[in-house]
Parts: sequence; structure tokens; C-alpha cells
Amino acid sequence: MRYIEPHAHMVSRTMDDYQALAMAGCRAVCEPAFWAGFDRSSVAGFYDYFCQLTEYEPKRAAKYHIAHFSWICINPKEAEDPAFAREVIQLIPQFLHKENVLGVGEIGLNKNSKNEAAIFQEQVQLALDHDQLILIHTPHLEDKLKGTKLTIDMLRQFPQLDPGRVMIDHVEEHTIQQVLDAGFWAGITLYPESKCTPPRAVDMLERFGDTNRLWMNSACDWGVSDPLALPKAILELRKRGFDEAAIDRFVYQNPLKFIQQSGVIWEW
Amino acid sequence: MKSSNNMMDLYFMDARSKLIDIAAFMDRVERSGETEDFRYKEFVKALGVLHGSGRAEAVLQHFSDPSEAPIDQATAGPALGAFQST
Repeated sequence: MRYIEPHAHMVSRTMDDYQALAMAGCRAVCEPAFWAGFDRSSVAGFYDYFCQLTEYEPKRAAKYHIAHFSWICINPKEAEDPAFAREVIQLIPQFLHKENVLGVGEIGLNKNSKNEAAIFQEQVQLALDHDQLILIHTPHLEDKLKGTKLTIDMLRQFPQLDPGRVMIDHVEEHTIQQVLDAGFWAGITLYPESKCTPPRAVDMLERFGDTNRLWMNSACDWGVSDPLALPKAILELRKRGFDEAAIDRFVYQNPLKFIQQSGVIWEW
Repeated sequence: MKSSNNMMDLYFMDARSKLIDIAAFMDRVERSGETEDFRYKEFVKALGVLHGSGRAEAVLQHFSDPSEAPIDQATAGPALGAFQST
């Protein structure tokens, strides 16, 4: 079955994973800039990473006929040093108009600190200045609820922001309602332990799927994660009685509708 | 469109297995003398919300940081899964 993987950190994955994605029906992957598992020691490290996301990774994906799109930003975990983060932010505009770039992301909060919040807001403004879509990471575990509330409050400080151009990712049962009620898109991340299982994701789709502002993703990276989480959620949807048209809407048409707003050109 | 399915047929054995895993986890923690760990205490308290409705949301809320203001500086290390009140 065709699907779009709207959040995957493929620089951390092998070609075997690309092959498995292709065989499962994946037509496109979207890769946000994120934390590498260690703090980079220089701005040049980010420059190289952004080149990897916009030049090298699309070529790897193309070997399996998968389109590759990316998001550019400094992630919240490396935003605690504002002077360093601002140097990285200065790099970003030159990448925003590359042909595979969807927008600014995944920005947001990690530990809900004041510095993270400041750098988040500066990158929201950057996205607005360059008419870019925004992808937002919400914090992990015990920090998620507070971080989601803070994020929505900060976004409300930008009256020119169209919530239909903002995806707030990694929602769970305690955060999804407030994200959707505020008019934003919501992403459900399928992780083996720390985020959401396929049965819980389907529970949320049963309750909120009619908004058509939801997507599911694996967010697979270098940690405990599953690049085939989305096909497993498709199986779960079938088990729960969803027909193929509804499943196609959840895993292909909805993510397509969101990312098409970026203006990227792809043979959809 | 969605057809109806029997949730008990689909999920009972899986939930039963997970419940036994939780029971075994609690026995294991007890044997290792770690029942005073704040995470375990919060875990036991979270079991209490299972008697109501909206259980998944309530469990997630239970483990969450209830404060509202940003903190002065990010703490080191990963999130722990349960909020530790000072």
C-alpha cells in the first residue's frame, strides 16, 4: 500500500532500511534536522549536516525510488547556547530554497527552558520571514504536556501565523486535543517504548481522524525505533475495520496535503 | 468508512500479557528493594487512575510536570518518564 513516511531520520539508517521502506510501499520520506546524539562542536558541523540533508540523502533515497524531503533548523537540544544557536540560524536561509526542503523544523522545546523558548521563537519568525512551513517537536515523556502548552502559547504570539501551515509532532492522548483545537496539524509518532503504539495511534485516529489534520510517523533514528512502524499501523487500521480509502487518507493523502503547501515539486 | 470489530477478541490476550508483565515488574522491584524510587512510587499511584475513564490520558497526565513556566536552564540527561517534585 502506498504511504508517505513524514518523519524519519534517515541519515541514521542503512540502505537496508530504504529497501524495506520501498518494499512496504513508501513513496516519500521527510527528514527533519535533529540532534545527532551528541552536541556538535562547530557551526560548520551544522553546515555539513544541512548539505547532507539536502544533497546526499536524496540520492540515497532515489536508489530505491523514494522521494526525499527535508526540514532545516537547529534542534531544541542544541539551543541551550543561544549565541551558538544564532550562528547556526544564520546558515539556514541559504538552504530553505533547495528543491527538497519543506520548511523549518523540527524546532521546539526539549526541557522547556528559557533559552530553548527564545531560539524556538526566533526560528518561527525565520519561517514566517521566508514563508516556510513549520514542523515542531514536542518534548519527551514528563516534559511533553507542559512543553506542548508552552509551544501553543508562544505560537499564539505570532498573529500572522496560519496554524494550517504548522505541524506539531509527537502528540499523545494528553496533548492531541489542544493541538487540534488550536487549528494546528498533529503528528502521532510510533515508537516501541517512549511515544505511541499502533493500537493507541488508531484509538486517536478513531476519535480525531475526521479533522484530516493528522499524520502518523516512525521518527526512526539512531535510537530504539522502527522504520516499518507505519506499515504496522496500517495493519492495525485494517484489523480495526478501516477501509482502504480511509487508510490511504491517513497515511498518504493527509501528509501529502500538508507538505504540498511547501511548494516542493514532486510527481505526486 | 469503518466496520465494527470486537476489541476483546483483538486485544485481550495482549493486554493480559502486559498486565502480567506489570505484575512481574512490581515483584522484581520489590525483591530488589527499590520501592522507594520516586519513579516506582509514581507508577503505583498511576495505577489508581485506571478505575476511571479516559485512562490513557489520565496516566500520561499523572506522569507529567504540572508546572507552567519555562525553567531557567535545561537539565542534563534524558527525561525519566515521571516527574519528580522537589
